[in-house]
Amino acid sequence: MMLRGLWKLTWIEIKIFLREPLGAFGTIGFPVLVFLVLGRIAGRGQAPSSFAATGFIRVGLPVLASILIALSAVLSLVTIISIYREGGILKRLRATPLRPQTILTAHVIVKLILTASTLALMVLAGKRYYPVGLHIPFFSFTIALLISTWSILSIGFLIASIVPTARFAQPIGAIILYPMIAVSGLFVPVESLPPALHAVARVVPLTYTVSLLEGIWRGDAWSAHVGDVAALAFVFVVCTALSAKVFRWE
Amino acid sequence: MRPVIQVSGVRKVYGSTVAVDEVSFEVNDGEIFGLIGPNGAGKTTTMECIEGLRTPDRGTISVLGLDPFRHVYKLQERIGVQLQAAQLQKRIKVWEAVDLWASLYQKKAIDGENLLTQLGLADKRGAWFMNLSGGQKQRLFIALALINDPEVVFLDELTTGLDPQSRRTIWDLVRGIRERGKTVFLTTHLMEEAERLCDRVAIIEHGRIIDIDTPERLVDRHCPERTVVLATDDAVAEERFRAIPGVEAVICNDVRFTIRGRGDDFVTEVIHCLSENRIRVRDFRTILPNLEDVFLKLTGHSIRD
Repeated sequence: MMLRGLWKLTWIEIKIFLREPLGAFGTIGFPVLVFLVLGRIAGRGQAPSSFAATGFIRVGLPVLASILIALSAVLSLVTIISIYREGGILKRLRATPLRPQTILTAHVIVKLILTASTLALMVLAGKRYYPVGLHIPFFSFTIALLISTWSILSIGFLIASIVPTARFAQPIGAIILYPMIAVSGLFVPVESLPPALHAVARVVPLTYTVSLLEGIWRGDAWSAHVGDVAALAFVFVVCTALSAKVFRWE
Repeated sequence: MRPVIQVSGVRKVYGSTVAVDEVSFEVNDGEIFGLIGPNGAGKTTTMECIEGLRTPDRGTISVLGLDPFRHVYKLQERIGVQLQAAQLQKRIKVWEAVDLWASLYQKKAIDGENLLTQLGLADKRGAWFMNLSGGQKQRLFIALALINDPEVVFLDELTTGLDPQSRRTIWDLVRGIRERGKTVFLTTHLMEEAERLCDRVAIIEHGRIIDIDTPERLVDRHCPERTVVLATDDAVAEERFRAIPGVEAVICNDVRFTIRGRGDDFVTEVIHCLSENRIRVRDFRTILPNLEDVFLKLTGHSIRD
């Protein structure tokens, strides 16, 4: 029975999201566009044989784009939750037999579906422009990205639980999440960071996301990334438990 | 018959503010019961405790024989709720909202399309929530409160912010809910609304219930005064008026008299005095006290202050 409500709510939230001005384009179209443009510029500037160029295009860029997709999904979740709280929508839904966790699960599913479809679109569009020389395990990569998104979404929920008003939701979320990319090991390997930042990188969840996504994209086996998945699962459990304590419905 | 809602000794404190204090009352099957009082009197807190959205610090509540705290989901299956100042998703369509709400209840929902027609929203079924007028939004919230064919309907400040025309339409709809055999529990700070809609009202201020009864009996009990306003050129009129049995005050302003007294017979006495003394009047009307006056009397201030 509750599955019926979950499915209806998820489907309606997807439709509502696509009706937002810039909703579909901003979240799905824009990252894909950036990916393509950056890829073409980077690809043209370097000789195809240059290892640095192909390394970044083939691994760094797809992973960066994927992380951006995940982060924008999380930010959009933070914003939506705070707007819904401010408008009393969460409270109105709670005055029905719908379980609170079902309401939140619906939003997580919406964001995961969105992340997966943006990724699919990126891969499809990228195929035309990127000379895909390596065998890329798309399915595993999608799973890895969904695990990462799921984990970062729990951080998003924690942020959404704390931000005072919807106006601050997006900027506060961005301030907390985007700097994580800098120390995540995407641009500079974690090992070559200064010791202080090294320690920071160890506690930043995105570090494990980057390690997982890069590895899977390169074709590593899952067994090589058990630690990353465990770290992301740990983040999920801690953040979910914390937000369950501090989440405000109104 | 067992009351539908029983509230006994309920108290709710926010920080150092006592929002609701020792509130007790009962709501009977099939009546429209109103909780009336100024903003911040504790109406919404009381209502949300009954709906299971808040937990009282003290006291017991029973709705349809259920404890709203322990059996909240079971209760929510059987009640319909409209919350004060609630919104929906901006871009949700009217029919989608009704369809979604219908899917949230275990029992079979009533026909949503039929409901929209009854509430005058049929031609708005494809409109986004954000593009509805205030009255249309409230009618949609009534639809969502009725979709599970509830036994008790809760309406919190249903017509606040609506124009008089929409307000009247909503009042008719609420009476329609009662005619379907449902119990309605509503809050309002509009005395006219309470007077026209409610079978019984409870007056609440500073978290405490001051009195509970039918609007008529509250007026009779607390405001037995009757006032007659008339205009006459008769020179001896004032003297005669002061001799009317039960008269309490005669205020003369040029040719216009305001005569106050008490008792159901007072107006008859005034008419009797006019005819006996052959006093010719150009104007004659009676002013009956209403709930507004009751509130003023009981609290010492107007409900709008």
